[in-house]
Amino acid sequence: MANLSVNFAGIKSPNPFWLASAPPTNSGYQIMKAFDAGWGGAVWKTLGVPVINVSSRYGALNYRDTRMMGFNNIELITDRPLKDNLREIEEVKKYFPNNAVIASLMVETREQWHQIVKDVENAGADGIELNFGCPHGMCERGMGSAVGQDPVVLQTIVSWVMEVAKIPVIVKLTPNISHIQDPANAAQAGGANAVSLINTIQSVINVDIDNFVPTPMVDGKSTNGGYCGPAVKPIALNMVKNVALEPGFKLPISGIGGVENWKDAVEFVLMGSSTVQVCTAAMHYGFGIIREITSGFERYMDEKGFKTVDEMVGKALPQTKHWEELNLKYKVVAEINEDKCIGCQLCYIACEDGAHQAIGLSSDADNRKPHIIEENCVGCNLCSLVCPVENCITMVRRDDGKQHLTWKERTEQGTIPTTFNDELAGGLHHWVPEPADALKNKTLQKN
Amino acid sequence: MSEYKIPTTETEFEANFSAKKPLMDKNEAFYESSRCLFCYDAPCIKACPTSIDIPLFIRQINTNNLDGAAKTIYDSNYFGHSCGQVCPTDVLCEGACVYNHQDVKAIEIGRLQAHATNHVIQNDKKLYTVPEKTNGKKVAIIGSGAAGIACACELRMLGYTVDVYEAKEKPSGLTIYGIAPYKLTNQAVLDEMNYLQKQFGYTIKYNSPIHSQADILKLEEYDAIFIGIGLGNTSTLGIKGENHADCIGATEFIEVLRMQHHKTKVGKKVIVLGGGNTAIDAASEAARMGAEKVILAYRRSKEEMSGYDFEYDLAKKSGAVGLFNVAPVEIIASAEKITGVKFVKMQTVNSKLEVIKDSEFIEECDMVIRATGQLKQVGFLNLITDLKLDDKDRVIVNSKFQTTNPKYFAGGDVINGGKEVVNAAADGKVAAREIHLMLTVDFKEF
Repeated sequence: MANLSVNFAGIKSPNPFWLASAPPTNSGYQIMKAFDAGWGGAVWKTLGVPVINVSSRYGALNYRDTRMMGFNNIELITDRPLKDNLREIEEVKKYFPNNAVIASLMVETREQWHQIVKDVENAGADGIELNFGCPHGMCERGMGSAVGQDPVVLQTIVSWVMEVAKIPVIVKLTPNISHIQDPANAAQAGGANAVSLINTIQSVINVDIDNFVPTPMVDGKSTNGGYCGPAVKPIALNMVKNVALEPGFKLPISGIGGVENWKDAVEFVLMGSSTVQVCTAAMHYGFGIIREITSGFERYMDEKGFKTVDEMVGKALPQTKHWEELNLKYKVVAEINEDKCIGCQLCYIACEDGAHQAIGLSSDADNRKPHIIEENCVGCNLCSLVCPVENCITMVRRDDGKQHLTWKERTEQGTIPTTFNDELAGGLHHWVPEPADALKNKTLQKN
Repeated sequence: MSEYKIPTTETEFEANFSAKKPLMDKNEAFYESSRCLFCYDAPCIKACPTSIDIPLFIRQINTNNLDGAAKTIYDSNYFGHSCGQVCPTDVLCEGACVYNHQDVKAIEIGRLQAHATNHVIQNDKKLYTVPEKTNGKKVAIIGSGAAGIACACELRMLGYTVDVYEAKEKPSGLTIYGIAPYKLTNQAVLDEMNYLQKQFGYTIKYNSPIHSQADILKLEEYDAIFIGIGLGNTSTLGIKGENHADCIGATEFIEVLRMQHHKTKVGKKVIVLGGGNTAIDAASEAARMGAEKVILAYRRSKEEMSGYDFEYDLAKKSGAVGLFNVAPVEIIASAEKITGVKFVKMQTVNSKLEVIKDSEFIEECDMVIRATGQLKQVGFLNLITDLKLDDKDRVIVNSKFQTTNPKYFAGGDVINGGKEVVNAAADGKVAAREIHLMLTVDFKEF
């Protein structure tokens, strides 16, 4: 039976699923409810000098009838007095001594950092997370992502914190940077015990096209916010991978970004996260989603034979390479299962207009099932991705598996194309139709 | 046994005839439209007699562009709203939806179409502007049914002055006089008719039947004439007793029902004779009017009925029962009332229908509805010089909907013998373009 408990940089937690520092962790009341529902830990809504928040704070990106595929906010750190939060931290730890309570912090001066670190330690927090990620409101004042984007400043502040911290310190990184490894390395150099990523991505989520103002709207005006939710998961996974694969980087990673279900959580762990933080999904569906995450995650561990979460961490990293290390001799082509095909022809038009014209239609108008023109197929996957039927289009291997040649190796051999019309280019023998052929088939033109 | 009480008020009538395909609200339309796959060369378009770009209008609904969605629909079919509600979508667009191959419920295209068109009709959104100046040419249209009105709309867009001659007092033909009330309300039909007439500005001359040589001669002063007269009364059976007042044709029965609603007189035990969709409709309607027993009697087997399965299922749900392989030989009636129908049992031997000897029996009833097909209006058609009919008395047209008298075009039931509203709407629109070509391009071609 899988053991979900983790020890993350010295912070013990009954499971690797934490609530991220955000509105769901604004109060002791919410966090107690969350622990009662089954969450392993919670990162408290960022503490500091309390702010004043605006009314109207969130915006959502919907995809057809799917609500909140993406989400953004212009809320700042806590607006509640520190003493109230400290008292509540103490009370939560009294009720839930085995759950992880991490205090997220954001202040300006060395003195403030020293004071607030001691305060949360005294309140009984199990760890500290330094909020160097918030991309709106706080960064303009030299905090949040302004720190996360400057590795030198980041390292300095981390070292201030480490001067006094007795409990583990996590540095939360901003994705609003082109090379996430730099602040991660700076955190390690400053003495931090772990990193967490990603914070939200700077964003304008929507524009109100009737009133000519972006959303969320505050008295006719708006501003950029922080983007999160399921849509950001691919960006987060890539950044987690970049940090996890960084040579010399040894700190544990708490993965954050669009986690909604057990599979998302597994993916973050396989890419190098030791714990996973969740916010938007809890804001959308409530704390109850933890039951689905835990049950699915456990079932996965049992099925794959993982006894502990640690065994899973980074399992997909050895297979994650630079592009130049991929095998150029590997060859797959699409295969359509005619029994499953429903004849929507989305694969046809996707390939025809968006890829390599490698899918044909039957000359018999009653037969709507397309077929693969294998000699044109480059194995791009597009058809299988647009197909609405599960496992109808699969990619099947065509090379013999014996040959292996990478761009890196070709570079070393001197067999890469170097001139504009180089015969060594990959597309040299790929069939493409003549431009004027595009006008031959005008069947779609009305009347 | 029928589950319906006899409706005595308009409210009770509406309850008994509640909409089979109720209008969607914005939410339902949004979720339903989200499911559309946006198929390439979509089979639903091909299955639509008017070739509406269905995936496009569904996506327009999904992106909250209802005016655009309605425009897409009306560009192909001027009876967009009526068709959304009355089309047999199960065998047309929705029947062609690829989801059917995946055991997923087909997109409710008809209801989505009605949703978009209802929006523009109820909000009086102007989608079309006819040319300010007419082109000086005039076209007469006989019959304000789907074929005639579609033809009128298209001709107005092309700059013609259009006069529509209608024998009855309301427009839309069978759409208002012949469709089951649970498919489409009178109000919905008239709203769409007003919406169209307001935008396209053709004239309808009501209560203006064309029935003499003199009428025809007057019409021929127009540059072209379109015949969209549909069919006539229900054909007779040629059996004893069928002239009794309580033995009524289905088309006539439905017309009375559409116009008089709960005041329509329906017997306690009703026998409907026929196996087509009109027969099934009449049986459903009699049941909903509170008849205690409704029997749908057909000469052949259930499997051989020309009516759609889903329509028959609806009739059964309404309370009608089927009686198959029986042919009526006599309506048994006294001067005052009908007491029954004498049937003889039938069987099919070597694909030929035969009477089973000595199998006669009497089924009691006090009302008979004949749904045995509509007659063609041959008398009227013979008034027109050189107009030829086929062996089934349908007007013969070429691929341009032009009759054998080149001044006359025709479309709808009068050429096809009785199809859907959507077929008539398709014919009328195409015929208008052909009329335009004839009057503007080259006479010789025709």
